[in-house]
Amino acid sequence: MIQLKVNGKQYEVDVPPDMPILWVIREKLGLTGTKFGCGAAQCGACTVHLDGQGIRSCISPVSRAIGKEIVTIEGLQASLSKPLMDAWLEIDVPQCGYCQTGQIMAAAILLRENNHPSDEDIDNAMSGNICRCGTYQRIRKAIHLAADIKRSAT
Amino acid sequence: MKQSGSISRRQFIRSTALTTGGLIIAFRVPAGIRKITALTESNLFMPNAFLRIGADDSVKILLSHCEMGQGIWTSLSMLIAEELDADWHKLQVEHAPADTAYYHTIYATQRTGGSSSLYSEFERYRKAGATARYLLVQAAANRWKVNSNECRTENGYVISGDKNVRYGELVQEASALPVPADVPLKDPANWKIIGKQKIKKLDSPEKINGKAVFGMDIQIAGMLTAIVSRVPVSGASITKYDEAAAMAVPGVRQLVKIPTGIAVLADDFWAAKKGRDALKVQWDLGEASHINSDSLLTELRARADKGGIAATDVGNPEEMFAKSKYKLETEYYQPFLAQAPMEPLNCTVQLSADKCEIWTGTQTQTDDQRAASQITGLPINKVFIHTCFLGGSFGRRNITRSDFVREAVEIAKATGKVVKTVWTREDDIQGGMYRPAFLHRFKVGLDANGMPVSWNQISVGQSVMTGGPFEKVAVINGVDMFSIEGMHTAPFVKNIKDQKIELNTPTWPVLIDNWRAVGLSHTIFAMESLINEMAHAVKKDPVDYRRMLYKDAPRLLGVLNLAAEKSNWGTPLPKGRGKGIAAYEAVASYVALVAEVSVSKDGSVKVHKVTCAVDCGLAVHPDGVVAQMEGSIGYGLSTALYSEITFKNGYVQQKNFYNYPILRIHEMPEVNTFIVPSNEKPGGIGEASVGQMMPAVTNAIFAATGKRIRNLPIKKVNTGTA
Repeated sequence: MIQLKVNGKQYEVDVPPDMPILWVIREKLGLTGTKFGCGAAQCGACTVHLDGQGIRSCISPVSRAIGKEIVTIEGLQASLSKPLMDAWLEIDVPQCGYCQTGQIMAAAILLRENNHPSDEDIDNAMSGNICRCGTYQRIRKAIHLAADIKRSAT
Repeated sequence: MKQSGSISRRQFIRSTALTTGGLIIAFRVPAGIRKITALTESNLFMPNAFLRIGADDSVKILLSHCEMGQGIWTSLSMLIAEELDADWHKLQVEHAPADTAYYHTIYATQRTGGSSSLYSEFERYRKAGATARYLLVQAAANRWKVNSNECRTENGYVISGDKNVRYGELVQEASALPVPADVPLKDPANWKIIGKQKIKKLDSPEKINGKAVFGMDIQIAGMLTAIVSRVPVSGASITKYDEAAAMAVPGVRQLVKIPTGIAVLADDFWAAKKGRDALKVQWDLGEASHINSDSLLTELRARADKGGIAATDVGNPEEMFAKSKYKLETEYYQPFLAQAPMEPLNCTVQLSADKCEIWTGTQTQTDDQRAASQITGLPINKVFIHTCFLGGSFGRRNITRSDFVREAVEIAKATGKVVKTVWTREDDIQGGMYRPAFLHRFKVGLDANGMPVSWNQISVGQSVMTGGPFEKVAVINGVDMFSIEGMHTAPFVKNIKDQKIELNTPTWPVLIDNWRAVGLSHTIFAMESLINEMAHAVKKDPVDYRRMLYKDAPRLLGVLNLAAEKSNWGTPLPKGRGKGIAAYEAVASYVALVAEVSVSKDGSVKVHKVTCAVDCGLAVHPDGVVAQMEGSIGYGLSTALYSEITFKNGYVQQKNFYNYPILRIHEMPEVNTFIVPSNEKPGGIGEASVGQMMPAVTNAIFAATGKRIRNLPIKKVNTGTA
């Protein structure tokens, strides 16, 4: 049995220690907002936060999360999720939508660390996240807008 | 002299309608929904198959088409909401069940494809809303004992004088009224939703907060996950595998041989994946072991030398070529491509003695029903398809043979288990259904003005339509019209008096099928590259030259001029930069792109800006049109720069995004889209601008460097660990 803290809640899961965090949260905890895209840390669809760090949950064994806290799209703190989701809606970013939760989780780390990201900052923070539909231009606009919203709220 | 092959997408659509018996009855309520009504009849108004209004004022819209990112969740709903005068905030949208009531108005099966959803439903969905509105108004008029023409509707209310009533309150009375055979539609001058800028997509909130349900998210009690060690190429057979090692993985429950390989069933994905890895299947590829990309290209060229079946053959192009002032001989090669949608394929099946339930993201519900019926022996109406959001498709979920659904049903039947198949990314990249590789070779003669007067062309590549549902209308006298889509019908080609366009169609075991824009994904690159070479030969500016070529094609000319104007075509650029243009008709719309690029010393290409002009007729959801243009430009750029599936000894060499790279955010150009105001019938959008992007970029590279790119992709990346 492995003890896990996810989105502020404690769980006990009966899984092998090498099972990636992605499949534990999706299949054992039913938190399906985090997506499987490549299984090789190439696309970022599986991005979650582990003790505040953005990680690729598809290659991160669950043993790595013992004693730490996982945050998924379902539990992202309001101070980040509110400006990001409001901006994402305002710019109307998603097409197929499959990668968008991973995009938002990656953008949340950027926004937490950087109140006023430049285009270059966005490139550096977001180039690990693939959007096959090609919504990149709107992702960029939405991150700028989310930063504006966040700054005006604080 | 013959001219057998003159079929455009529009004509194709018309002829499909004729051969399939035309429109189906639009307003039958399917059986599955009747059942739901029976339970709640007193508080639900169901004027037709596409709409249910609840006593709580909810307006549920049932989509006959699937949402895969192209935006029909919103644009089709706009059509109903407009005519219904619904409260936009009360709309709920669902994928319809599989049923004949939802058959495509042209294709005569339930199908999403060809960028046809919006225009094929433009009448039917508006009528669905208008019919409901008519009945609600009648119900209110009866209640108030006034004439229906004394009533108006607004935002979910019927209003007459100082009286008003919510739609939800009229549900019972409206349900009792006879449904009229036909109802008038609104005057477009009175539209409040169609064509308006402010409309936000209805599926965005759930796609942002993670609640949207894709096929991958389906979980059913007792379900096992199946991962298949899949036949690498058609015709291969299994020689050896380690059953004991796979079964020894904790959580692995069962192995089963199916037509496509061996499925490993386990409690969860991770166990199934480890089990599949442990299985170590070895294959005998037979004849297919000779498939190598180099030899395929050699064969394409040999076939081009040999000639093919004539799609057009008029006059004497050889003689005319000899007499022409300017002569061009050139060829263009484009490789096999994978669609690579973000959501890997998956399909969940629950099979019992009397029914088969399927949950998946699919574009082909009727084909899937038929496949499942054939495998299980159940009648079609006992196969229930629950369409989930599609995490992208680009054609991968529009497969003639329903490959991934068929496979999941086979596993469910063989094991008796509730099963969900999951493809890994490697399975997706290596699992076929590729855009076929194509070679287009031209010998073109121009007159003193630069107009083409002699056209000799041979195109070589596998046929996508042969063996599929559209073979009868798309493959004419052995010529798959999608292999030369938009070429022989181009405005500057169709009237050339001396021309011969031939097609040579190899039958290789490489699995091919639909890929975003189908034929146009490779034909536009060849044609728009060639046009630039023609312009260069006669020393004309590429835009001026196209103005001459497109002089009798006003809508194409319109987008050409708009893109040129908005991109400041002709103004000087910084050193090292170049602009390239490509303009084409695609899926009943017209798109011109201008790309601005620079090429660094090491040869890497940077696309800085793209200006897009689009004439899609009436733009029902303008921001959705803009979004599709932006996305297609990214998709096309990814293709131009990187995309290539190659073979070695029968095996696909690419595995994952590290060697089948996809465009990333820092490579995305600034895109500015301009929509031509139009009241013409709506055209397609999802595939309207993919094909133009590749030649817009290579034409810009030529402008910047003088180097002509005739083979794609432009830049081969290191194949890493492949």
